[in-house]
Amino acid sequence: MTSFLKRVSLPGAVIVAAALLLIMPARAAVFDPVHFTLANGLEVVVVSDHRAPVVTHMVWYRVGSADEPRGKSGIAHFLEHLMFKGTDKLGPGEASRIIARIGGNENAFTSHDYTAYYQTVAPDKLDIVMGIEADRMVNLRLSNDHVLSERDVILEERRTRTDNSDPAKFGEQVNAALYLAYPYRIPIIGWEHEIRQLSQDDAIAFYKRWYGPNNAILIVAGDVTAQAVRALAEKHYGPIPRREIAERDRVDEPPHLAPRRLSMASAQVGQARFTRRYLAPSHAYGAREHKLALEVLTEILGGGTTSRLYRSLVFETKLAVSAGSWYAGDDIGPSVFGFYGSPADGKTVADVEAAIDAEIAKLLKDGVTGDEVASAVKRLKRSAIFARDSVTAPARIIGAALASGVSIDEIESWPDRIAAVTADDVLAAARAVLKPERSVTSVLLPESSK
Amino acid sequence: MRCLNRFGAALVLLVAWAPLAHAFEITPVTSPGGIKAWLVEDHKNPIITVEMTFLGGSSGDPAGKPGVAYLASGMLDEGAGELDSTAFQKALAEDSISLSFDTNTDSFSGTVTTLTETSDQAFRLLRLALTEARFDAEPLERVRGQVMAGLRSRQQDPNRLAGRVWWKAAFPDHPYGMPRQGTLTSVPMITGDDLKNFTARTFARDRLFIGVVGDITPERLGTVLDEVFSALPAVSASPPVQDIEVTFTGDTMIVERPVPQSVVIFGHRGIARDDPDWYAATLLFEVLAGGFGSRLTEEIREKRGLTYGISAYPLPLDHSALIVGSVSTVNERVAETIGLLKEIWGRFGADGPTEKEVADAKDYVNGSYNLRFSNSGAIAGVLTAIQRENLGIDYIKRRHEIIEAIAIEDLKRVAKRLFRVEDLTFVVVGKPSGLKATRDAPEPES
Repeated sequence: MTSFLKRVSLPGAVIVAAALLLIMPARAAVFDPVHFTLANGLEVVVVSDHRAPVVTHMVWYRVGSADEPRGKSGIAHFLEHLMFKGTDKLGPGEASRIIARIGGNENAFTSHDYTAYYQTVAPDKLDIVMGIEADRMVNLRLSNDHVLSERDVILEERRTRTDNSDPAKFGEQVNAALYLAYPYRIPIIGWEHEIRQLSQDDAIAFYKRWYGPNNAILIVAGDVTAQAVRALAEKHYGPIPRREIAERDRVDEPPHLAPRRLSMASAQVGQARFTRRYLAPSHAYGAREHKLALEVLTEILGGGTTSRLYRSLVFETKLAVSAGSWYAGDDIGPSVFGFYGSPADGKTVADVEAAIDAEIAKLLKDGVTGDEVASAVKRLKRSAIFARDSVTAPARIIGAALASGVSIDEIESWPDRIAAVTADDVLAAARAVLKPERSVTSVLLPESSK
Repeated sequence: MRCLNRFGAALVLLVAWAPLAHAFEITPVTSPGGIKAWLVEDHKNPIITVEMTFLGGSSGDPAGKPGVAYLASGMLDEGAGELDSTAFQKALAEDSISLSFDTNTDSFSGTVTTLTETSDQAFRLLRLALTEARFDAEPLERVRGQVMAGLRSRQQDPNRLAGRVWWKAAFPDHPYGMPRQGTLTSVPMITGDDLKNFTARTFARDRLFIGVVGDITPERLGTVLDEVFSALPAVSASPPVQDIEVTFTGDTMIVERPVPQSVVIFGHRGIARDDPDWYAATLLFEVLAGGFGSRLTEEIREKRGLTYGISAYPLPLDHSALIVGSVSTVNERVAETIGLLKEIWGRFGADGPTEKEVADAKDYVNGSYNLRFSNSGAIAGVLTAIQRENLGIDYIKRRHEIIEAIAIEDLKRVAKRLFRVEDLTFVVVGKPSGLKATRDAPEPES
């Protein structure tokens, strides 16, 4: 099913990228990146790893679906697809054929906050893929035939990911209920009725507004030196002039005053599921001082089979077959602190909800222990070491972070900063975030339970 | 070849592959007790990854009880030796040791990833899991409940449903037709003794392949191999699985579901991994279905926008061989898509690839091979796969030459043999318009 993975984008990609960032930020000398900026504003990061004769070359643009004009949902992702449709120099699909012939793999993905393109090749082919990527940074050329057939592809993609799946459709509804105004309420792939109206002009306007060296980050990881990358980057990207690029313009979330609740029953659903989402601060939005403490909190509550929720709901009371929490505060806008659980045979979603509420009440009353914090911090710090064991993961982590406004220093100092979190910090963060009026509760049920 | 320690420590061969020479070397290690593994030593990060594969997977599940191997894979880290489930899970978490098992159709695999500083504990827990798993009642009921919840949640998913129907149609009376994860009727019947029987007959040294990557020397690995694996029986006792041919003859089966997009799975009989034409077949699939630039993707996705993705690949099993592909398209365009697919399939079988397609496919297949070595788990996976398929220690070097040597005449001959449009069989889940079923879809196991 490899072709199925081509040009992934969307919720899946967002969650993966966010989860990686949560688990994997590094201590100094973990990724040990070399970081510099070209005269035209292109930021460059190099992570050398000489284990295998492989390099990953990525270009990240600081633009995502949350930056789309009103009524044009899906245009960021549509443009991502159209970036494979040729330039002044190369015909549609020609770059892909060149990359295949040199033994390379390529793909791209779109999230709320960024859009990224990448190729993985042998080190001596870096020159070629850099030339291709630099070319399409400013020289995209589209024809209406290709645009319209690709729009059909995207509608099929939307059916595959969302319209064929009641749980996925429900997820869109839940997300739109959680964010009252912030553009994260709109699905990355776009609403179907808006995708159908997207045009070549829309794509080109979005491209011209956002794509250019001064709104991009180049990451090269693998069997290559920083010197070699600098020379190649100057050659291919250096001559591209800076463009006029506006600041991101995002609306703020208004106060949340009432808890919301959604439920859906479907014949496609065989197993009930409870989910509760609280609007939460991110590294850049809201009460950002709580971000690290929330990372520790979710490790304590939901980090695997030794976590509080699993021990209580799955192991001890046997109300649930699964239970946990999640948080990834790497967004530019407001993030989510979430809880989930699926009832065991003979138990109900109400049982699971009551048990999760009891755990939350206990947490807000008594906090967490110093031992719990120490153990969670130890595991989180170790995860930063495991993150080094890959050519591509560091490139993805650093790219997602920089594109979302996190600095290299923040990535590299993360283990030290996470180690400074105290039990008091965790309690303060929990009390600040876990407020019913800022939450959306969602229940997915088999049709028979209607 | 160098002999490290004549007093019975690790016996080590050093083999350096030309294409990877500057990257890593594969060292076959034989422990004092005679257990073999392939090692890629790499001390850059303080991490060790061990992957092991036993022959014998879900196809060996007892008749009427599919899901035994799968349930076992979820139970091995739920208590072993002196450690009950809680103590075992706590030991893994405290040391950030990742230990996981999974079952395939014909094999059962395990992976442990650990920091060097906690590796003694990791190897101890691995040994306990493999040799002294407890299968206590509490975790058994808990994990069984999780497996059942997983089965229920996927029951009506169009993609999963299409897959279950396809396998049942391809193998109506063979274990390959049964779901690897078991069924809602079989999983409740599985006992702790079933799991014990499975591990006792499957975990044996004569059908074990081990790949190791990371911060460990051959000497230490030799000691570790004996500590972890020497208590396993020398010879396995898995039940034989019968060889079986896929006898598809071009039917179309439809499972009606109220979804906007139909999921289509297609294919027919395939080619064995040890067939002399295997490599020619892989090149042909690169031309036909290797992503962008391939015939199926160009015609069906790029030119007509009929789908987000179309795939097709050879799927060799130990006792059968299939070609399987999939495509999803809006209900109104299923007939058109299937018609186009048949036309491309038939033409490709009749004429084979062009010279240019072959040259491009060879460049991609050879040029991209090294890209897979991008993390420890991936490298360990290749090490075990090469051993399991008995491809020889010089495979990574030879592979390049094997691919280069394939002539276009061979490819045309193999295309005729392999692509049989008259046998191409379809399972469609959705509400396709203008498409007729030629036979009933089998009721999938549930």
